[in-house]
Amino acid sequence: MTLVTLARGSLGNRRAAVALTVATIAISIALLVLVEQMRSQVREGFYRSVSGTDLIVGAPTSSVQLLLFSVFGLGNPTSNVGWARYREIADRPVVDWSIPLSLGDSHQGFRVIGTTAAMFEHYRYAGGRSLEFRHGGPFDGLFDVVVGARAADRLGYAIGDRVVLAHGGGNVSLQHHDELPFVVSGVLAPTGTPVDQSLYIRLDAHHAIHVGWEQGTPRPGATLSPEQAQARAGHGGHDHARPEHPDRGEHGDDARGAAESEARVATPARDDNEQRRAQASLQPEQISSFLLGLKTRAAALGLRYEINQRREAPLLAILPGIALQELWRITGLAEQILRVVAGLVVLAGLLGMLTALLTTLNERRREMAILRACGARPWQISALLLLEAAFIMLSGIAAGLLLAAAAQFVLAPWLLARFGIAVSLTWPEAWQWLVLSGIALAGVLVALVPAAMVYRRTLSDGMQVRQ
Amino acid sequence: MTAPLLTIESLRFTWPGDAEPIVSGLNLEIAPGQRVFLAGASGSGKSTLLALIGGLVAPSSGTIRFAGQDLAALSRTARDRFRADHLGVIFQQFNLLPWLDGVANARLGCQFSPARRERAGEIEESARELLAAMGLASDCWTRRADALSVGQQQRVAAARALIGQPGLVLADEPTSALDADRRDAFVELLFAQAERAGSAILFVSHDRALADRFDLKLELADINQANAAAGGAL
Repeated sequence: MTLVTLARGSLGNRRAAVALTVATIAISIALLVLVEQMRSQVREGFYRSVSGTDLIVGAPTSSVQLLLFSVFGLGNPTSNVGWARYREIADRPVVDWSIPLSLGDSHQGFRVIGTTAAMFEHYRYAGGRSLEFRHGGPFDGLFDVVVGARAADRLGYAIGDRVVLAHGGGNVSLQHHDELPFVVSGVLAPTGTPVDQSLYIRLDAHHAIHVGWEQGTPRPGATLSPEQAQARAGHGGHDHARPEHPDRGEHGDDARGAAESEARVATPARDDNEQRRAQASLQPEQISSFLLGLKTRAAALGLRYEINQRREAPLLAILPGIALQELWRITGLAEQILRVVAGLVVLAGLLGMLTALLTTLNERRREMAILRACGARPWQISALLLLEAAFIMLSGIAAGLLLAAAAQFVLAPWLLARFGIAVSLTWPEAWQWLVLSGIALAGVLVALVPAAMVYRRTLSDGMQVRQ
Repeated sequence: MTAPLLTIESLRFTWPGDAEPIVSGLNLEIAPGQRVFLAGASGSGKSTLLALIGGLVAPSSGTIRFAGQDLAALSRTARDRFRADHLGVIFQQFNLLPWLDGVANARLGCQFSPARRERAGEIEESARELLAAMGLASDCWTRRADALSVGQQQRVAAARALIGQPGLVLADEPTSALDADRRDAFVELLFAQAERAGSAILFVSHDRALADRFDLKLELADINQANAAAGGAL
């Protein structure tokens, strides 16, 4: 039997009150840990999505906005990038790969992104991982659609399913592009990035569903029927000679490659010409933004400077990491406030424990007299209180960590659905352990108050409780 | 005659904040193994005297010598150690930590003294032996102290006071919560076990019916020259 056993017994005797105190501490610790964990997890989650991209280029706007709409599907582009300008930059020797993005459409709340096969070949996330297909493969035909893992799960889409895409980014769209049914050609494996929440279609398909929508509403007779669109795109979708153009996707001109293959099989010259014209009309004139991968990371700063310097047809190029830093500066104040609130709640928890310990002092005078009679020294009796405080703090912190983990577990699906950020359960970092140790220490220091009172009392009391 | 176990000379003590001393000019001598009955009313300074002998408070003047050691010369910590090593204490009531079982409460007597643990040998065994010797049925040993009757609690308290063979047992009205039959039985058992342990007993009580069983009977009023009415201690 030791002081620790005695302290444990005494705590056990006041189980209910102690449990409440521990719960108070636990909640405050959970809040504190959760704020920090979420902060770092969200940051890491965001960074994960852009870690393989060297530059993001779009029409002039704020870099945070460009980053958010291009990668995270938050907000919409206000203006576009001309196709020629995109090609000019994408064809530069320092550029390893480019992924054009046409945004602004949604399907049942999931983003529909027009892009090229380069997306599946070159997009990198989480430190160099490329997209993988759970089923099927990249889009091939004009009306093929590749579905992100989560979107596929939620919508229950499998290879070969027909999908109707809507114009406009909202969850509820009044005007549907009913005319153009798409077919699922591939389902991506989960990435823990916004890719999971997206549907990918060919750039020209994206363009096709907007033909006739130039005014924001469909012009009667101006929209394309599926057949017209196919004709304009210049091929039947699944039968073009993809293997002959392995590098086609890299240059983002799926349509041109397809047209070339079509040209070889097309016999009547008139048809060929017509298709070329039709082809040209499906060639997107504008895209929302594009991602660039450079041959060397070092080239990013130079290219960014060059793009941002141009006076005519100005564009904005951003380094994703820097833009994220800017975003964190914006959210930093809110984080600080949350931290302060969490800190205050911890303080309230400590005061709660102090109250609980102080209220036990009177009922413990008898206990202390007994221990004194048995030869306990005043410091040993004070130590009992400190041990109890330490026990309460450690239990509270342990329970708080569990609570925080549980909360993360609950919050994770929401974050994934809302922002496409995969949050995993992680241990607090080293510095957080330091903070937690500090809080535990603070709890014991707070308990010095009742401990000192007990110390003084044991000296002034005799063997018996003096009234 | 053997050397006295406890010698008190011209003891005087005033509680902080009190004007009058509660103990004054008190002399007392107890031989090893001697059983001393000290009669006194409430407020006559009984508990204060016990606190002084226990080293919980230091005398204002006078000496308390235990086995030749002057308590006043010891530091507070050393007095605590002395109490743990050489004294067993039984209160009137509420002797036990309610959340410990009988055995653990009995063991508590050795908790703060390595010397007493040494003398007790196998502590768990020793505690059980004493509980049995005090006439406590074995099913009470592992019951929480607050589930025991008052009589049973006092027996556990006696076992705690006697474990590790202290030189002196201070008993402060230990029988006042017991009825006459159980009171007599308790005193008999206490005597028997104190004799086995070689412990002297200073038994403070207002119940003079017990006095005849003791080697020495004293009236506190006779040896304490302080005005009892001024006492502040219980």
